[in-house]
Amino acid sequence: MHKNKTNIKLDTKLEAVSIALKKSIKNLDSYTHVRGESLYVDDVNIRQGTFHAVVFDAPKAHGKIKSIDYTKAEALQGVERIFTYKDVPGKNEIGGIIADEPLFAEDEVHFWGMPIALIVAESEFIARKARDLIEINIEDLPVITTAKEAKAKGSFINAPRSFSLGNTEKAFADCDYIFEGETFSNGQEHLYIEAQGAYAEPLENGNIKITSSTQGPTAVQKTVAQVLGVAMHKIEVDVTRLGGGFGGKEDQATPWAVMAALATYHLNQSVKLILNRHDDLRMTGKRHPYESTYKIGLSKDLKILAYQTEFLQNSGAAADLSPAIAERTLFHATNSYYVPNVTTKVLSCKTNLPPNTAFRGFGGPQGMFVIESAIAKAAHEIGVPTRKIQEANLLDENDTFSYGQIAKKVEAKNTWHTAKNIFNIDALEQEVADFNKNNTAFKKGISFMPITFGISFTNTPMNHARALVHIYLDGSIGISTAAVEMGQGVNTKMMQIAAAIFSIPIEKIKIESTNTTRVANTSPSAASSTADLNGKATLMACKSLLERLKTVASEALHTSEKSITLKEETVYVNGEKSNLTWTQLISKAMLQRVALTENAHYATPEIHFDKTKEKGHPFAYHVYGTAITTTTIDCTRGTYEFDSVKIVHDYGKSMSEGIDLGQAEGALIQGIGWMTLEEIAYNKDGRLLSNALSTYKVPDIFSVPKTVEVIPVETEGNDMAILKSKAVGEPPLMYGIGAYFALQNAIKAFNPNYDVKFHAPMTPEKVLTGLYQKQ
Amino acid sequence: MITFILNNKTISTTEHSGMTLLDFVRYQQRLTGTKIGCREGDCGACTLLVGTPNGDTIKYQSITSCISPLGNAHGKHVVTVEGTNLQDKLTTAQEAMKANYATQCGFCTPGFVVSLTGFALSDSEKNYKNAIDAISGNICRCTGYKSIEKAAQQLVDKLKTQENNSLDWLIKNEFIPAYFETIPKRLKDIEANDLNQPKGKYISGGTDLYVQQADHLADNEVHLIAEKDYLKGITIKNGICTIGTNATVSDLWNHTEINSYFPNLKKHLKLVSSEQIRNMASLGGNLVNASPIGDMTIFLLSLNSTITILNTEEKERTIALKNFYQGYKTFDLKEGELLKAVSFKLPTKDSFFNFEKVCKRTHLDIASVNAAIHLSIENKTISEAHISIGGVAAIPKYLHETSAFLTGKPLTTETIIEANDILQKEITPISDVRGTNDYKRLLARQLFFAHFTTLFPKQFTLKDFLQHA
Repeated sequence: MHKNKTNIKLDTKLEAVSIALKKSIKNLDSYTHVRGESLYVDDVNIRQGTFHAVVFDAPKAHGKIKSIDYTKAEALQGVERIFTYKDVPGKNEIGGIIADEPLFAEDEVHFWGMPIALIVAESEFIARKARDLIEINIEDLPVITTAKEAKAKGSFINAPRSFSLGNTEKAFADCDYIFEGETFSNGQEHLYIEAQGAYAEPLENGNIKITSSTQGPTAVQKTVAQVLGVAMHKIEVDVTRLGGGFGGKEDQATPWAVMAALATYHLNQSVKLILNRHDDLRMTGKRHPYESTYKIGLSKDLKILAYQTEFLQNSGAAADLSPAIAERTLFHATNSYYVPNVTTKVLSCKTNLPPNTAFRGFGGPQGMFVIESAIAKAAHEIGVPTRKIQEANLLDENDTFSYGQIAKKVEAKNTWHTAKNIFNIDALEQEVADFNKNNTAFKKGISFMPITFGISFTNTPMNHARALVHIYLDGSIGISTAAVEMGQGVNTKMMQIAAAIFSIPIEKIKIESTNTTRVANTSPSAASSTADLNGKATLMACKSLLERLKTVASEALHTSEKSITLKEETVYVNGEKSNLTWTQLISKAMLQRVALTENAHYATPEIHFDKTKEKGHPFAYHVYGTAITTTTIDCTRGTYEFDSVKIVHDYGKSMSEGIDLGQAEGALIQGIGWMTLEEIAYNKDGRLLSNALSTYKVPDIFSVPKTVEVIPVETEGNDMAILKSKAVGEPPLMYGIGAYFALQNAIKAFNPNYDVKFHAPMTPEKVLTGLYQKQ
Repeated sequence: MITFILNNKTISTTEHSGMTLLDFVRYQQRLTGTKIGCREGDCGACTLLVGTPNGDTIKYQSITSCISPLGNAHGKHVVTVEGTNLQDKLTTAQEAMKANYATQCGFCTPGFVVSLTGFALSDSEKNYKNAIDAISGNICRCTGYKSIEKAAQQLVDKLKTQENNSLDWLIKNEFIPAYFETIPKRLKDIEANDLNQPKGKYISGGTDLYVQQADHLADNEVHLIAEKDYLKGITIKNGICTIGTNATVSDLWNHTEINSYFPNLKKHLKLVSSEQIRNMASLGGNLVNASPIGDMTIFLLSLNSTITILNTEEKERTIALKNFYQGYKTFDLKEGELLKAVSFKLPTKDSFFNFEKVCKRTHLDIASVNAAIHLSIENKTISEAHISIGGVAAIPKYLHETSAFLTGKPLTTETIIEANDILQKEITPISDVRGTNDYKRLLARQLFFAHFTTLFPKQFTLKDFLQHA
C-alpha cells in the first residue's frame, strides 16, 4: 500500500501517544515477570509430602454410567486414593447461579470431559498413569451439540429473556427495506497460557488454605465450604496472580480448587492439582457459540426503524454463568446504534458441551456480531456501503437503550467522526478501491466497527468492593483489595491511587495478594470493573487515612487541617514546605494512637435494574470507540493479512496510558482471533476436536495487523470511573469484529457472486470457499 | 550420567535421559521461571537456550524444553531465564520488554526474554526481521504483540551498535551475565563421554515423539541419536546434496550453499513450525513420522529424493523416498533400521522449485494442504516434473501421474489446467479439523496454480487459470 499523504493531525496525535507512553507508569510486576521471578500457583513452594492430583473425566458426552472399575488404578504403586462424589461430605454441587452442576458425575455424564473422579498420587505422572487404568462403561444417551438441536428438543437452562423498546411489529410495517437472516459465531478458547490449577494445604483445626488461580476467590471459598459442608471461615483462599484469565477463571477455576481441597480434607495433606493443557481444553467451557436470526427494517434514508433478533446461546451442559452472559447479549444487541423499535430474545440452550462460560465481552460481542451482520446484509442488498447505514444510526445524547437506560455523555458519533477525520477515510477508501482495480490476485477490504459497551456487573448487587490499607510504622504501605491481578495491571492502578493520595513514591507501596481473610465477600475480578470498584474503595480508604494524618499534622504544626497538604513525602502548610516528613508524621500518628489502618467499602451508586420489567439503569457508564480495519487477501491461496486497524477509543482520562493501550491492543487481537482463525470444533458425539494447541490456533506475532493505531478521543471522562479513567478490559475486544467484515468486503471485491454469509470465524477455508463460490 | 552446565552450575544427574528437560529444570532444579503452557512446543513458555561447543565458542539456540529429552542436554550449556538475570538490574532484553509494556500477565514473558537473549547470542544478522523470527514460537495471549514488536525493535537498535558479535560486548552491554565467558572452557573440561545408550525408541530432536508420547518416553528406555556424527553433515558433490538425517531444519536454513540453490529457502522454511522447533526438529524425524502433511517430507519428495537406510549390522540400502511410504503412518523400515541420509539432485539454472503451504495460521501451524514442485524446463517444454502434495491422502503424496503427465509437455496454461484434472484424480482428501474434503481439493488446485504463478510470474497469472478453469 502506498503511504497516506502526510497527515499532520494524525502524526501529532501519535506523537502525543508516544510521549504519554514514555512517561506512563510501567506494570509494577514487570521487573519480576521479565526475570522469571513472579510466582504463579504452580511456582509456590510446596510442603513436604504434597500429593499431586489428576482428574478422571467422562469419555462420552452423554450417557448413564453403568460401571467404573478403579481397582487397577488404585493398585498402582504411588496412588494414594481416588475420590468420587461418594467422598463429598457436603453438597456435590458447584453451580454458581443455578444449582445444576455436580462437582463429580454421579449416575450420568453430561459432557465429554465432565469430572468423575480425582486421582491423588505421589506425582502427577503416577496419577496420570493410574487414570489410564480406570475402566468405565457408559450407556450412550442422545447427544446434543448445537443450540438449534437443543431448541428443537426443548432443552434449556432457564426461561428465555426478552427486551423490548417501542413497537417492533408495527414499525416493520412502515419500513422501506426489510431483511432477514441467520448468523453464527463460534466459541472461543480462553487459552490463558497458565492452565487452571490450585494448591490446597491443611491448617490446624480442619481449616484449609487454598492457593488458586482464580478470578473469583470468594466463589472458590463459598463453593469449597459448600462441598465440604463446613463454614466459610474455615476456608482461606489466596491468589498471587494469574497467568491470564480472560473470564475463563471467573467461575471455572472453582472445581479444581474444590477438588484439591476435598482431597486435603480427607488426607490432611497438601494436594496440588494443575490441569495439563489437554485436560484444560477438554474439561473447561469456552466463549458461547451463538446461532441467531435477525430481522432488520430500514427507511429509505437508511434509518434502522425496527430490529428483531433471537439469540440461541449454546450454554453447554450446565448453567455456569450462561444466564448472565445471555443477559449481556441483550444489553448489547443494538451496539452503538439507536433503534427506536427493538425486540430481542435469548434462549440459553442446554447441550452436551462443557458448560460455556465468561469470556472477555461476556455475551456482548455475540450480540454485536448479529446487528453488524444485519447491517452488512442490508447494505449488501440495498447496494450502499455498510458504513453509510452504520453512520446514519449512531447513538446520540439522551437516546434510550432497549433496556430503558438513557444514554449520557455519548461518544459514539465523536469517536466515529474523529476516526473518519483523523485517519483520512476518503484517502484510505480510495487506496483500497485503486488497489482492487489494479490487482486480481490480491484484494483489499475495509470495514468500520463502532462499539458501545456498558460498564458494571449487570447484576447490580455485585457492584461493590473493599480495600484494606495499612500504613506501617516506617511509613510503608500495604494494600489489600478484592482485585485479582491477571495481567490487566489493576495492582499498578491501585498503587498509583495510593501514591497520588499520600504523595509518596511507589516503592513505599506494596499490593498484597488477594486473600479472602483480608477482603471478604468479594465479587470476581470481571466485567471490566475491577479497577473502578477496587480503585474507588482504595481511594476512599486512602482519603480517610489522609484526613486523620492531616489532623495529626495540623496539631503538630499548629495550623488548620485545611491548610495541610502532602507533597513528595513532606507536609506542606498553605503550600509552604514544613519540616515534617511523611515518616515523622506516621510516627507522630502512632504516638497519638491514631488508627493507621482503614477498610473502605464502595458500592456503585445510581445503578439499578428490574428484571421483572427488563428496564432500569444497569450501567455506571458506557465506553465508546470506532475501529477501521483494512485487510488484504491472497485470492490464490485464501490467506489474508491485516494491513491496519485504526482506532479512536474512549479511555476517559486514562490514568495509566501504557497499561490501557496494552489492554486495547490485547483485546483487539483477541477479538480478531475470535473472528478469524480461532476455530473450536466438536464432532457430533460431542468430542472436542480442536483439543490441543496444534489444532486450536490463537494469533501469533505474524498474524496481527501490521499497524495498530489507537488514538484517545478527547473527553471529559466520567466520575463513575476511577479517577475518570474508564474501564478498558473488555470493550476493545469488539473492535475485532471489524476483521470479519473487512474480509467479507475483500471477498466481495473478487467474487461478485459471493453470497454474503455471517458465519464466524472467517478462516482461510471460508475465505477461499467464498472467493470461488459460484452462484 | 548426564553432565551439563545449567546456567552457572555444573549438573551431573542419573535421572532418566528420556524425561523432558522442562521437568528436570522446573521440578528437579526448582527453576520456576521456565513455564509450562502446552507441553507440545506450540507456545514457547518453556523456551530455553542450549549452547553447543563449536570450536572455541559456544553456539546458542533456543528450544522448547517441553519436547526435548534431558539426555540431549549432555555436554551442553543450558540457559533458563534465571541464567540470564543480572544482579539487581534488568538485562537489555528484559528492560526492552518492560519499557515497552510487553509483559502483562507475565506467564509467557520468560519465554520471550530467553528467545530474545538467544537472538542476541546468535550469529544471525541483527535486524528486526530476524528478531521477530527468534520469537516466532512464543505465544502471548495478553498483549497482542504490538508492544513486543517494539521491544524487539529496541533490542535490535542496541545490537546494531556492536562492531563484532562477541560475548564481551554482550556482557558489557548487559545482555547476559559475565559467567557466560567462562562457559566455553568449562564445557571443554567436563567429562561428557558418550551416554550409555540402551535399546529403546530412537530419538533425535524429539519434537514429534514428545508431542505424541512424552509419558511413555519418560517411563521407558530411549536411544538418543541427536549427537551421532554418522547421521550428521550436509555434503554437496556433483550437483547432489546429501543430508544426514540428524540435520535440523535450522541446519538447512543456515547452510549458505543450499540457500544459493534454493533462493527462497528461508521463505519456505519459515512456514515450517517456529525457530525453536526448527532448531531441534530433524529431517529424519520428519520423514519417519510419516505424517501426510510433513512439511520437509513434501519438500524432499518433490526433489525426487532417495534415502539411505542403515540396519543393525551397519549395512546400507537405498530407496526412493516416494516408494518409502506404504499407507497411513506405515513405511518401509524394519525393526532396528535407521534412516541415515537423504539425497537429491540440486536445482539447476534450468530447473524450478517451489513450496506452498496453507494452514489456518500461516506460521507455527500444521498445513491444511502443502505442496511442492520441481520442474526442469528445456525449450519451453517440461523435461522433468516432480510434484508432491500433503494433506490430501493417507501418505505424503508424490503425484506419479501428474508428474508423468507434465513430462514432455509444453509449459502452457492448457497443460497446467489439464494436469490439475489428473492431480484431482490422484488425491483423496478427507474432512477433518484442518478442512473439509471440498476445501482441500480446491486448495490443492489453487496451490498447484500458485506454483506456476510464483515460478513464472511473467507467463502465468491467477486470471489465466481462472478464465480457463
